[in-house]
Amino acid sequence: MAQDAGMFTVPQTVGSVLCCKCGIPMAPNAANMCVACLRSEVDITEGLQKHVIISHCPECDCYLQPPRTWIKAQLESKELLTFCVKRLKNLNRVRLVNAEFIWTEPHSKRIKVKLKVQKEVLNGAILEQSYVVEYVQQDHMCDSCSRVQANPDQWVAAVQLRQHVTHRRTFFYLEQLILKHDAAARAIRITQMDQGIDFFFGNRSHAVKFVEFVGKVAPVRSRHDKQLVSHDPKSNNFNYKYTFSVEISPICREDLICLPPKVAVSLGNLGPLVICMKVTNSIALLDPFTLRHCFLDADQYWRSSFKSLLTSRQLVEYIVLDVEVVSSEVNVGGSKYVLADAQVARVSDFGKNDTIFSIRTHLGHLLNPGDYALGYDLYSANNNDMELDKYKGLVLPETILIKKSYEEKRLRKRSKPRSWKLKSLDMEVDDSKGRTDQEKMNKEYEEFLRDLEENPELRFNISLYRNKDYQPSEMASVTDGEDVPSVPLDELLADLDLKSDDGEGDDSMRE
Amino acid sequence: MATRLMFENSCEVGVFSKLTNAFCLVAIGGSESFYSTFEAELADVIPVVKTSIGGNRIIGRLCVGNKNGLLLPHTTTDQELQHLRNSLPDQVVVQRIEERLSALGNCIACNDHVALAHTDLDRETEEIIADVLGVEVFRQTIAGNILVGSYCSFSNRGGLVHPHTSIEDLDELSTLLQVPLVAGTVNRGSEVIGAGLTVNDWTAFCGSDTTATELSVIESVFKLREAQPNAVVDEMRKSLIDSYV
Repeated sequence: MAQDAGMFTVPQTVGSVLCCKCGIPMAPNAANMCVACLRSEVDITEGLQKHVIISHCPECDCYLQPPRTWIKAQLESKELLTFCVKRLKNLNRVRLVNAEFIWTEPHSKRIKVKLKVQKEVLNGAILEQSYVVEYVQQDHMCDSCSRVQANPDQWVAAVQLRQHVTHRRTFFYLEQLILKHDAAARAIRITQMDQGIDFFFGNRSHAVKFVEFVGKVAPVRSRHDKQLVSHDPKSNNFNYKYTFSVEISPICREDLICLPPKVAVSLGNLGPLVICMKVTNSIALLDPFTLRHCFLDADQYWRSSFKSLLTSRQLVEYIVLDVEVVSSEVNVGGSKYVLADAQVARVSDFGKNDTIFSIRTHLGHLLNPGDYALGYDLYSANNNDMELDKYKGLVLPETILIKKSYEEKRLRKRSKPRSWKLKSLDMEVDDSKGRTDQEKMNKEYEEFLRDLEENPELRFNISLYRNKDYQPSEMASVTDGEDVPSVPLDELLADLDLKSDDGEGDDSMRE
Repeated sequence: MATRLMFENSCEVGVFSKLTNAFCLVAIGGSESFYSTFEAELADVIPVVKTSIGGNRIIGRLCVGNKNGLLLPHTTTDQELQHLRNSLPDQVVVQRIEERLSALGNCIACNDHVALAHTDLDRETEEIIADVLGVEVFRQTIAGNILVGSYCSFSNRGGLVHPHTSIEDLDELSTLLQVPLVAGTVNRGSEVIGAGLTVNDWTAFCGSDTTATELSVIESVFKLREAQPNAVVDEMRKSLIDSYV
């Protein structure tokens, strides 16, 4: 720097000159005119639009951006400001410094925006000027609203979700998953059908997205088709209705399956009798006698689509008389199992006769003598399965235990309200077939809720909400032995309570 | 008295004319109105000479002079040189100099006593200026610009400089030139004073775009309001008469 080199630099003070037009003293600038004279001389907003007409849809509060996009924006919002500025032509001649709204009456159909622009004038002087642009709002229904008005039931794409089993457990679980991930947010209608649910969408891409979502959470196979609705020969526009048929595999959790010989061999000679432990987009199978497990993904399953031998409807209650641990704890895909020999008797037999079964079970870590368990009664079951017949010389065990039962303890609890609750999708129930049995549905739903309580891994993907009506019981501490499994309080989400509109918050608070 | 005029639709009067206390040079223009304005103002006092320099009409920027002499660039042709020698009074020494910076009017600004020169002017040129024009030469810059002839214009009575000149610079220049200086503009805010204005001790000519404010500044700083041409020229004539005797 000059100062460092020891040079003496003279401090420079800027003098003042007279404005060449009005003669008032001012600091010299590039134009040597005072700002007022410069403004009177040059109008940089010349040639810019001051008056614009925009189209607004009164139904959905959207504004038209030609040629065809409709942008949703609130009055005096950032999106509306961006939209208004974009609609101005020729704004690239000047530099935009600031834009803001001037308040207008909401019903006046006028929007006023004050813009501050800068432009270089004369010999290098930059002039800044603000001006107001007035937008006249003309009402014009957007395409989607007019279509909805014309035919409210009009859908463009439909997804038919089906599972050919006799219960609706999978659909209860799927409903919760859909709610958690907001996958059906774009659905215009949801209908509950026999053995499935139908989703209707306004756009094919929404339906495709939904089908992909389902494919990620359940083993499905799908096919799609389309139907011509209308055709515009002049512009070659074709309007179709698209249908997606999605079938979920009939294998559910806790099902007993007899694997077809080919499948058993391809999985490394997994014992033909397996239990299904978990169903996500792949099926987890566990051999209860060897504690070997494997996964079948959707493709593999559908190639050899086998059905379950026995489903959870056919579970029978047993009482455990004796447990003898055989092997040590084995970690199978995240859950621990212990192979044990057990002596069980059916609850229906207990006390009446001496029918006792000695069986091998994988629930050695859970069961103690005196516990109740649910299992499949193969001893008295009448199996009519083609796969089973293929195995010559297969000795069927008498019983396969599936899970521990908390029935007794539940009876003691006497249906007290739970501390948590679930939300549900807004579904129309199709009563046309007349086969819905409300009581059966309620029982299945109750079983589903119990399932959730017992299995923390099932709860993983679901949002549970705190039940405001629940009061913790006064006689809390008197517990003998184990407690009925319940959901710990910290897993629950509090409902967002919007006092301005309806009291029961429809929105949920996401973590 | 300051006059506003135009040369062929351009307001840069100082480009097309050179005015000193002893003579006036005017460019050859399409219409005679430029010349006639000068003539109407100056004819009976000092000679008004139409000329070109090196075939160019931008004579105001190419030459520099005062009552003692006139310096021309090396691009001047012999005919022009001779024409000027013939037309101008004898006491005005007309000299053609060899200087790399040939736009002498842009590089040098002078009155009858002091001259400001471009910082890169040759040493010999500086000596010639001091010799021919009879002035003391100072190398200076004006508001950071080295083209002193373009950005200032001064006479024996006062001077006008570039509007962005700082107060310290103004004081320094004023001390050097020994005349009052003012920072201002000409031709509606133009900073190129030397090109927009040509001045001597009793009159000034500036472009038509000059506003009334600028004109009043010019008239006040150059003290043109009470100036009478005769008083100044009479002084010169007195010295002439002396020499005859």
